[in-house]
Amino acid sequence: MNPENLQVKIKAENLDFYYGANRALKNVTIECFDKKVTAIIGPSGCGKSTFIRTLNRMNDVIPGTRLEGKILIDGADIHAPDVDVVDLRRRVGMVFQKPNPFPKSIFDNIAYGLRINGMKNKRKIEEVVERSLRGAALWEEVKDRLNDNAFSLSGGQQQRLCIARALAVEPEVILFDEPCSAIDPIATAKVEDLIEHLKTRYTVVIVTHNMQQAARVSDYTAFMMLGELVEFDRTEKIFTNPANKLTEDYITGRFG
Amino acid sequence: MRRSTRKKLVQAAGFLALRVAMGLVLAVLVLFLYDIGRKGGGAISWEFLSQAPRRGMTEGGIFPAIVGTFLVTVITALLAIPLGMCSAIYLNEYARQNRLTRLIRLSIRNLSGVPSIVYGLFGVILFVNALRLGTSILSAGLTLGLMTLPWTITASEEALKTIPDSYREGALALGATKWQAIRTNVLPYAVPGMLTGTVLGLARAAGETAPIMFTGAAFYLPYLPKSLSDQFMALPYHLYIMATQHHAIQQVRPLAYGTALVLIVLVLGLNMTAVVIRYRLRRKRR
Repeated sequence: MNPENLQVKIKAENLDFYYGANRALKNVTIECFDKKVTAIIGPSGCGKSTFIRTLNRMNDVIPGTRLEGKILIDGADIHAPDVDVVDLRRRVGMVFQKPNPFPKSIFDNIAYGLRINGMKNKRKIEEVVERSLRGAALWEEVKDRLNDNAFSLSGGQQQRLCIARALAVEPEVILFDEPCSAIDPIATAKVEDLIEHLKTRYTVVIVTHNMQQAARVSDYTAFMMLGELVEFDRTEKIFTNPANKLTEDYITGRFG
Repeated sequence: MRRSTRKKLVQAAGFLALRVAMGLVLAVLVLFLYDIGRKGGGAISWEFLSQAPRRGMTEGGIFPAIVGTFLVTVITALLAIPLGMCSAIYLNEYARQNRLTRLIRLSIRNLSGVPSIVYGLFGVILFVNALRLGTSILSAGLTLGLMTLPWTITASEEALKTIPDSYREGALALGATKWQAIRTNVLPYAVPGMLTGTVLGLARAAGETAPIMFTGAAFYLPYLPKSLSDQFMALPYHLYIMATQHHAIQQVRPLAYGTALVLIVLVLGLNMTAVVIRYRLRRKRR
């Protein structure tokens, strides 16, 4: 499934994932293209969040889980023994469902990723903080109060702060795990604009509950159900002419 | 209508019961502090606080006991704080949550319920005899440290549990190592809670008699301890002697009350320190 001959950034091959004995992903094979937005949709519990969290190995930290199959980023297996998971997570950024700013100042939130990665130069840090905040369309709103605590921002601003924080460490891929489920419609529109804009530089994968959102922001859409990938195609195609009956039933709101 | 009146009555009765319970507890505390304050207040003077006991402890002050309790509490803190915090970090952040860690945790909870006299005897066997530290400040402090550890560990672990996982995940997702995430994004917010629990444990240890009476506390010493391997006088033990073992109990009763007052003020002071630490660090975090 690669009609436009795009460069494959992420490839999952026969991916299985288990929470203890519970198989949450069943033989998922999918390709996410470079500098495109791939949306993962599906009913609750279909495994979409589990899937996206395998891409930066965030599930590693959950005890009792097991993964089979392969995930390749730029053709390299991310579970290969020589892969440093810390480095992988820097390259594959993540924005979580609920905005999770750290209880630090706005500035320190963005600088956090730089500092833990060893950047000491103050001027350089300031530069990256500004660039990241601009990149997340937040700079104008916060430039006069960078030293305020991040908790003083509204929910939508907090989520854009988290996006800026992810941008600061210069990732190649950004994963969004239902980024708008905890913020209001106006803030959602801003985040969606932002995602639209981000794909010019990054590969974006977004899990969403909201089908309109998938239709609005993504180039490709994957529909998952009960841990299986049901259909994967250009977003246009999925929403106008899905090949699978299940997909059609889901997007037309017959269940889900 | 009738039903809603009944519901309100039940609620009023419920609240009343809660108030009475709280009031009773407060009344006991106030009565207790008032009694000790009234009977011990008269004994307090600069001389009482700054001089050693004289004439078979019927006169003079309690200065050596204050010094002894202070030194022993320092040793207790030096053992219990770092070891307790590190253990808690290990248990909560690093250890796999399996049967072994559950067993360890259960054992720690149980240890906090072991009577203090048992710790005292254990201290005699381990520190005084086996490690040949003798009856000394060191032995007594380490014994109290062991006794405080379960409290420190439990309080620290509870403090770590209050830090949302999103702080850890957020840091990891930015390419932090596990230790970096803990050090920079968990500990700064957990330490106030950890310290509070720890200082409360120390306050309790400072007031203990049983663990120190065989491991280093002396009935009476005419001099101050010169090193950590000396014996010492301690406030709780001194109070115990003045209240039950002295040859002229009636005569020294005011001194005993004075000692009790000093001990209580010291323990309350430590507890207040815990409150202040927590308040300060919380404000810094905002």
